[in-house]
Amino acid sequence: MKKQTIDSRPAGPKPWYDPRVRSLFFQVVAITLVFWGGWTLVDNTLSNMESRGISTGFGFLEESAGFGIIMHLVPYDATMSYGRTFWVGLTNTLLVSAMGVVAATILGFVLGIARLSSNWLVAKISLAYIEVIRNIPLLLQIFFWYFAVLSNLPSPRQSVDVGGTLFLNNRGLYLPEPLTQDGFGLVWGGVLAAIAAVIGIRLWAKKRQLATGQIFPTFKVGVAILVLVPIISYLVAGRPLEWEIPALKGFNFGGGITIIPELAALWIALSLYTASFIAEIVRSGILSVSKGQTEASKALGLPHGLTLRLVVIPQAMRVIIPPLTSQYLNLVKNSSLATAIGYPDLVAVFMGTTLNQTGQAVEVVAMTMAVYLTISLLISLFMNIYNRAVAIKER
Amino acid sequence: MTESTMKPPKKVLSPVNWMRQHLFSTWYNALLTVVVGYLIVTSVGPLLNWVFFDANFQGSDPSDCSGAGACWLFINQRLNFFIYGFYPDELQWRVDFMFLLLAVSFVPQFIERFPGRKWLGIFGMTGLPLIGFFLIPGGSFGLEQVESTKWGGLMLTLILAYIGIIASLPIGTLLALGRRSEMPIIRGLCVVFIEVWRAVPLITVLFMASVMLPLFLPEGMNFEKLARALIGITLWQSAYMAEVIRGGLQAIPRGQYEAADALGLGYWRKMGLIVLPQALKLVIPGIVNTFIALFKDTTLVLIIGLFDILGTVQSTVTDPAWQNVAVEGYVFVAFCFWVFCFGISQYSQKLERKLDTGHKT
Repeated sequence: MKKQTIDSRPAGPKPWYDPRVRSLFFQVVAITLVFWGGWTLVDNTLSNMESRGISTGFGFLEESAGFGIIMHLVPYDATMSYGRTFWVGLTNTLLVSAMGVVAATILGFVLGIARLSSNWLVAKISLAYIEVIRNIPLLLQIFFWYFAVLSNLPSPRQSVDVGGTLFLNNRGLYLPEPLTQDGFGLVWGGVLAAIAAVIGIRLWAKKRQLATGQIFPTFKVGVAILVLVPIISYLVAGRPLEWEIPALKGFNFGGGITIIPELAALWIALSLYTASFIAEIVRSGILSVSKGQTEASKALGLPHGLTLRLVVIPQAMRVIIPPLTSQYLNLVKNSSLATAIGYPDLVAVFMGTTLNQTGQAVEVVAMTMAVYLTISLLISLFMNIYNRAVAIKER
Repeated sequence: MTESTMKPPKKVLSPVNWMRQHLFSTWYNALLTVVVGYLIVTSVGPLLNWVFFDANFQGSDPSDCSGAGACWLFINQRLNFFIYGFYPDELQWRVDFMFLLLAVSFVPQFIERFPGRKWLGIFGMTGLPLIGFFLIPGGSFGLEQVESTKWGGLMLTLILAYIGIIASLPIGTLLALGRRSEMPIIRGLCVVFIEVWRAVPLITVLFMASVMLPLFLPEGMNFEKLARALIGITLWQSAYMAEVIRGGLQAIPRGQYEAADALGLGYWRKMGLIVLPQALKLVIPGIVNTFIALFKDTTLVLIIGLFDILGTVQSTVTDPAWQNVAVEGYVFVAFCFWVFCFGISQYSQKLERKLDTGHKT
């Protein structure tokens, strides 16, 4: 066998044609451009702020804010700091987002299932709702509820009165507030015990079903425990709960829980709008489960309810969950439209009033954006974890 | 004809049988039908009365409205403001001309087999913005200048949505290519850019554009409020556009990339001649959907003080001269948006069905 050494390997490409050299070159150019751009921006910003007399740094968070906020979940008054206004805004944003997510999910699932109803009238009404609501801008819907509906409610003196405990007028919805008395801890204990018992029963029932094949009515027993145990502990503790009923004082109501019209309008509009998108997601999720699955489970003798619960819904959820989370994200982001009607959310309070008073745009905008970035990263993180859990396990 | 190719007989139901099957199949369906039917019957009558029979269409001032039904005459009175904002009356032909060009280039897209509709579409994406750039603001070719603060109404809404989409297409394409690039630094930069813009609400972007942009720029250089809003909208929209286009790039089979490599095409020719023409065609429905979303979101500019169509109506309904016309105003704007968005979404669904080749991966 003749040994041959290749002396004259074809010369490699010229350096400027070598893909590796090229890619290195372009990346160096890109990073230089980004750093140069960033440095120019920072430089411009600093010199602009200096010439306008704007201070920098986060020291302003300690200063006294000096403005009132119409709704706050954490204790707040005008003497507190700008840092506090951040928390007030953030909690208000989270409150309306959470309320919106719950309402939109319920309504969206109802509409999505109604869209597939065998009842022609119900299906068409659901279709009409979806096509009308999702093609109208959200801001317009918020305006409609706030300026056209809620501000046309009667004045406090002519409030709509439901049984003398619940009042509705153009200043808001007034609900009785539960005030816990001594001994309410026992009721909380009862609730926790009931939850623990239900989880225990479920685990035991599952184990027994795997071992013997016998089915235990976990759902009915669980509901009974969850309802009865807290009621019994409430009675045993001597009914430690009192209701503070709102009452008309002067020109407005006092006492009880107040839902301000800004919150109500935002909540209604966000829920109705997002529900129309969720309905379409739910519909496509249910349609994505092929008919063979339902027929196979019928052939195995599963009743209708179990077919839905064990066969259709788990497979549909796989399709539904990813777009559903992105709708939740949209809802959280859309809650920032609060600023248009004056609901004190993060953008309205912090990016609005606080920014105007301090003028420290860079810090305030950065903090606000960081909040939304964090929320969205957290939601996508949970979505990815869930997605991995329910994804088709292929062998 | 063999038995296997025969179609099953068409099932024709008599109205009674149809109702039995679709409305009263079970007792709870029957109950549902009765309840829902009752609600419809009791609400449609008053609604029709409010919209048509008791409504006032003629007249010139609020006293001409009876108050029993809708007061549509205020829309008639202020229509010029709702469409053109504060644009001077004698110069509105320029806006009308642009509306005409817009209609000529995009309405044929809905009609299949319209002669040369492809060229009209290309004109709509290239020539039209160029003409608009000189015609609407004026100031050159002997045209009288109109400050952007005078623009408003439907015209401003269309300008924002149109420029937002046209400008974000090329930027979004570059970002999508960057996100799928093999160069880690470029990919990283694109991912960060896209994810940051997608995570924040448009309203914070608009605030940022109107408050922070003047700080970023060197002294003496500044943009008008409208231009700042457009910059914000474009950056935000291009992040969304990038994700839509990335979907298309991912749907192109590997073989196409490899075939282009085998032919010896460089990166830009591979993308420009082989991959992007296929990918962009795939994502047309997605682009149309993001356009609808952007069109609805343009209403947000009223928060930073621009008068789009919702802004002009809002300023009229809060005007003391016209009281209690809020519902009519909102219904009018809602109707305008609805017609537009619903029409386009129907078109996009039709397109999706047409482009769906049935063998999705």
